[in-house]
Amino acid sequence: MAKMTMVQALNLALRQEMEKDDRVIVLGEDVGLNGGVFRVTEGLFDQFGDQRSLDTPLAESGIVGMSIGMAVYGLRPVCEIQFSGFSYLNFHQIECHAARLRLRSQGQITVPMVLRAPYGGGVRALEHHSESREVFYAHIPGLKMVIPSGPRNARALLVAAIRDPDPVVFFEGKAIYRAFREEVPEEEETIAIGTSRIVREGKDLTMISYGAMMRPTLEAARELKEKDGVEAEVIDLLTISPLDDTLFVKSVTKTGHAVVIHEAPRSFGPGAEVVSRLVEKAFYFLEAPIARVTGFDITIPLFSREQDYLPGVRRIATAARKMLSA
Amino acid sequence: MPRKKINIPCHVEYLSVLDEKGKLDEKLEPRMPEELLLKLHRGLLLGRKFDHRLLNLQRQGRIGTFAPITGQEASQLGAVAALRTSDWFVPSFRETAAELWRGRTMESVILSFAGFSEGAKSAAKLNNLPVAVPVASQVVHAVGLAWAIRYRQKDDVAMTFFGDGATSEGDFHEGLNLAALFQLPAIFVCQNNHWAISVPRAKQTHSKTLAQKAVAYDMPGIQVDGNDVLAVYSAAHEAVERARSGGGPTLIECVTYRMMMHTTADDPKRYRTDEEVDAWKKRDPIPRFQTYLKGKGILSAEKIKELEEEIDAEIQAAVDKAEKQIKEGGNPADMFDHTYAQLSPVLMEQREELMQELAAIKEDSHG
Repeated sequence: MAKMTMVQALNLALRQEMEKDDRVIVLGEDVGLNGGVFRVTEGLFDQFGDQRSLDTPLAESGIVGMSIGMAVYGLRPVCEIQFSGFSYLNFHQIECHAARLRLRSQGQITVPMVLRAPYGGGVRALEHHSESREVFYAHIPGLKMVIPSGPRNARALLVAAIRDPDPVVFFEGKAIYRAFREEVPEEEETIAIGTSRIVREGKDLTMISYGAMMRPTLEAARELKEKDGVEAEVIDLLTISPLDDTLFVKSVTKTGHAVVIHEAPRSFGPGAEVVSRLVEKAFYFLEAPIARVTGFDITIPLFSREQDYLPGVRRIATAARKMLSA
Repeated sequence: MPRKKINIPCHVEYLSVLDEKGKLDEKLEPRMPEELLLKLHRGLLLGRKFDHRLLNLQRQGRIGTFAPITGQEASQLGAVAALRTSDWFVPSFRETAAELWRGRTMESVILSFAGFSEGAKSAAKLNNLPVAVPVASQVVHAVGLAWAIRYRQKDDVAMTFFGDGATSEGDFHEGLNLAALFQLPAIFVCQNNHWAISVPRAKQTHSKTLAQKAVAYDMPGIQVDGNDVLAVYSAAHEAVERARSGGGPTLIECVTYRMMMHTTADDPKRYRTDEEVDAWKKRDPIPRFQTYLKGKGILSAEKIKELEEEIDAEIQAAVDKAEKQIKEGGNPADMFDHTYAQLSPVLMEQREELMQELAAIKEDSHG
């Protein structure tokens, strides 16, 4: 096994799937010769040529609409939208067609495509380069919304997304693209889309998060253990939609306490759905009000203040302590 | 049934007034007052020098990512120079020199690139929209402004800027179609700098020129040497006059070159050759204009030196002013302001949450 960054792990997933399956085509702005602005598609142009690693003009709606056509024909397009903040230009292609063609054709026409896009703050970027709008996509029936939290699960999930019979929007946290390395096996590994994972076991409190926020969440869990002797159970959602509530519901029936953490704005955010599921399925086990530690209900500020916006270890640990002492 | 030709108004002109060496085509020389010529020269120098200073600040970690304009000074300044203050200026994100011309201060530019929203605040109400990052998205705003201008029976115009890559976006085509359909006072200035990050102009569109995109919408389209400030000004002036007098929109393609990286996060060595960049160095917009002005007897090497010193001092003062503000830091809770006209109860709660957290952090660091 090799130690890889998330960028390298995603690259491995793409390369191996392209080697195995000539239906897999990568397309997007700067994904070819330049290897993508974050280098996720690096080397694919050299290995597979310009017919399978396609540099497109600046046309987000065109890139996604074209991917739909390719998928309908039987290919497996993996398109990249350079930043999720520019994906609104292609939003209607996802909402009106990618997510609906199966239904509209009564299962005759399907759209097995993947839309990859970097999301999230913490890298001192310009406006439109730091937002966390997964809920826009999570809200669309017929679409799957996946967000990995590290190199190994990113690789496994991307492979699963490429092979999935339905369209998948796949968000990659910019803040964790190169922040840490993990062992990633050369041999094939997948994680079923629509399944969450327990990444730390505990009995006192359940912390539920995903994507780039898993790092501060796990750090807060460690801090709570060291300073307070609190054992937090931490759950990584991995797929936002369809949401797997089995593990976090079960966990909360054990711990009686739940904190949901995400960097997306709070109101109508992914946490709202998690909390609803808990209220529906674990209400009688709750010993304290559920807490949401999230971004505020504002556009993420320019970078000088993004750390004040983003949930950090302190904010997460404080919310947990407050809840446990209630 | 026979096949026959349908005659459509179809032409695309190319205009160049000053060649690379500063040689003038006298027949095409625009009539411009001396004051405007010198102001343009100052704007070109300021744009270039400020850009280089920003790059230094970025490399030193004093500001964040930004999009340099070096090489494109003439294509943006020649165009905005044809506007008057009451006209509307609708930029994309690579028009810093034009923004300064339109009254934005250097310190506000620095503040924005240092990640402070306050940078967008302007001292006076100017008819300028802020920078638009999503490519081509602003083009349609200029159309709306132009529609409103005519609705209010003003003779102002709206001028929008975008790059070669933007012409592949739907918003660009929707904007051109709308403006031509309604015959609006809009001017579309394409800064064709040959590169959309790593994608060269030739891979952006099969069209021979970008100016010809106007043809489909029955709108005048002209391609100009974007590094020739006189050519850009001539084309812009003509388009502005036409728009003002009810003659409808124009598409101007300024052929220029992005001498530096897309943004400071980009490394152009990965996808283009030094030879190509060197060839464009010879077509620099500034020396040829200086040659022209010297020929007219209104500029000298000595005056250039004086002007450069004056500009350097101005830039330094702006950097100092911006950095003082950056150091003071402002109030992080300001991030809640301007989301709505009035803070909603939920936002008031969240603002308070942040204030309490910051106070607790402060207390911890003292304790």
